[in-house]
Amino acid sequence: VASSRRHPATLALATCLTLSLALALVFFYAPIEAQEGFLQKIFYLHVPLAIITLCGFVCGGLMGIQHLRTRDDRWDLRSYVAIHMSLIFGVAALITGSIWAKGSWGHWWVWNEPTLVSFLIIMLLYATYQPLRFAIEDRERQARYASVFAITAGAFVPMNFIAVRLTPSYVHPRVLSSSSNLPASMGFTFVVSLIAMTLLFITLWQYEIRAKQARFALRALRARLGAAEGRSARPGSERAWVTGPGLVEGPPPKQPAAEALST
Amino acid sequence: VPAVRQPPRFGSALRALLRKELLVELRTLESVPGMSLFAVSVFVVFHFALNRASIDGDLAAGVLLVTLLLASLLGINRLFVADAEQGGFDGFLLAPVNPTALLAAKALALIGYLLVLELVAVPAFALLLLGTSLWPALPGVIGVLALADLGVATTGTLVSTLAVRTRARDLLGPLLALPLLIPVVIGSSSAISPLLAVHPPALGAWLSGSAARWLVLLALYDLVFGLIVYAVFDFLLED
Repeated sequence: VASSRRHPATLALATCLTLSLALALVFFYAPIEAQEGFLQKIFYLHVPLAIITLCGFVCGGLMGIQHLRTRDDRWDLRSYVAIHMSLIFGVAALITGSIWAKGSWGHWWVWNEPTLVSFLIIMLLYATYQPLRFAIEDRERQARYASVFAITAGAFVPMNFIAVRLTPSYVHPRVLSSSSNLPASMGFTFVVSLIAMTLLFITLWQYEIRAKQARFALRALRARLGAAEGRSARPGSERAWVTGPGLVEGPPPKQPAAEALST
Repeated sequence: VPAVRQPPRFGSALRALLRKELLVELRTLESVPGMSLFAVSVFVVFHFALNRASIDGDLAAGVLLVTLLLASLLGINRLFVADAEQGGFDGFLLAPVNPTALLAAKALALIGYLLVLELVAVPAFALLLLGTSLWPALPGVIGVLALADLGVATTGTLVSTLAVRTRARDLLGPLLALPLLIPVVIGSSSAISPLLAVHPPALGAWLSGSAARWLVLLALYDLVFGLIVYAVFDFLLED
């Protein structure tokens, strides 16, 4: 992919500018909400975080499909990083959601907010992605099983939202659930925040992919150096993520899978 | 010219695989008796944990569904263990058979285990814990459990295949299955709870009330996960 070769500095710069603009809008432009006051401003952070998390999970599933179709290990890397980033964003969304709930409803956790409950279930499911992945020794099977998980869980995301939404005790008026019922100034701030958060996600995603690829390249070089010096080190199969499939030399290394893809 | 044998058709492969599954279970009795015994033990645990002699309504539906879910996790965890440990996967891969036949056979076998489990657990529940009569609720309960079993069996087969060839299979199976099965729990316990109330509605009133929504949810879950598992299962059986 072209983006992994090009340095994503332009993107990082755009992200910084958009994030600053979004924060400036949140604090100096968007009006103070009548009922909740200043606390409502966490909405501009929490809702984009949650939306990006769910989109990241679904994108991870789509990349999993692409991996199973093309058998290109780079799609597996992209899927892994998307889900990994989404987990981090998701934890941030849960924390900000908890703070918002404590401030406006008086409790750190409320069971009658369907979005919160669905989100928790989805986080619990995705929390098993890495344990599953790293419990599989064989590198190729690890990628395949991870993609199957990503696809299943990606389809589970909308299914779960429908199920939790249907529960009667959860039907209650939505607090600022979409930008459609917001005043124009709030809606604009929200959209800018959402764009900023999307850019942040994509930037971090690209940086993590580059970091992983660099580490694999380094490890492969070290292995070649070791082989050249007559030691018994062998080239690692994780080179596939750098060079693409079909260029892997030798059998996969006999090292624990956790080492192959540790963060 | 040597005769070229055609690969077995889907139906005959499915029959052979299902027969093998049920035969192995009949000879070893590894899953179903354990699941049933576990369910009865959990009822006793619930009796002491809740400190209640009889329960009804929401609580009864929750206890019944949670017990069945936990017991089915035992079966899900064991579903592919023999294949992984004793070369069943290798044998299957050598045979020119559609992998979907294995999926269908395993899911049908799991449905069979769940039916036997429910034949034991539901009467035991009615005897030990349920405060009202089960008879008027029985047709509704059977319908809901049938839809739930279908979902548990498809998702369970997928989870079992994913977890069985990992290092931490006993841990990963339940960890993966529980969040995936939460929609089934939501649908079936919400549908069953009015039936187990002290004054249950008539079956017609129940069906035309909120239950229809939950039955549709369960059917939708079965359909969606059936399609997903059908689509991804082949990729789990490549080595």
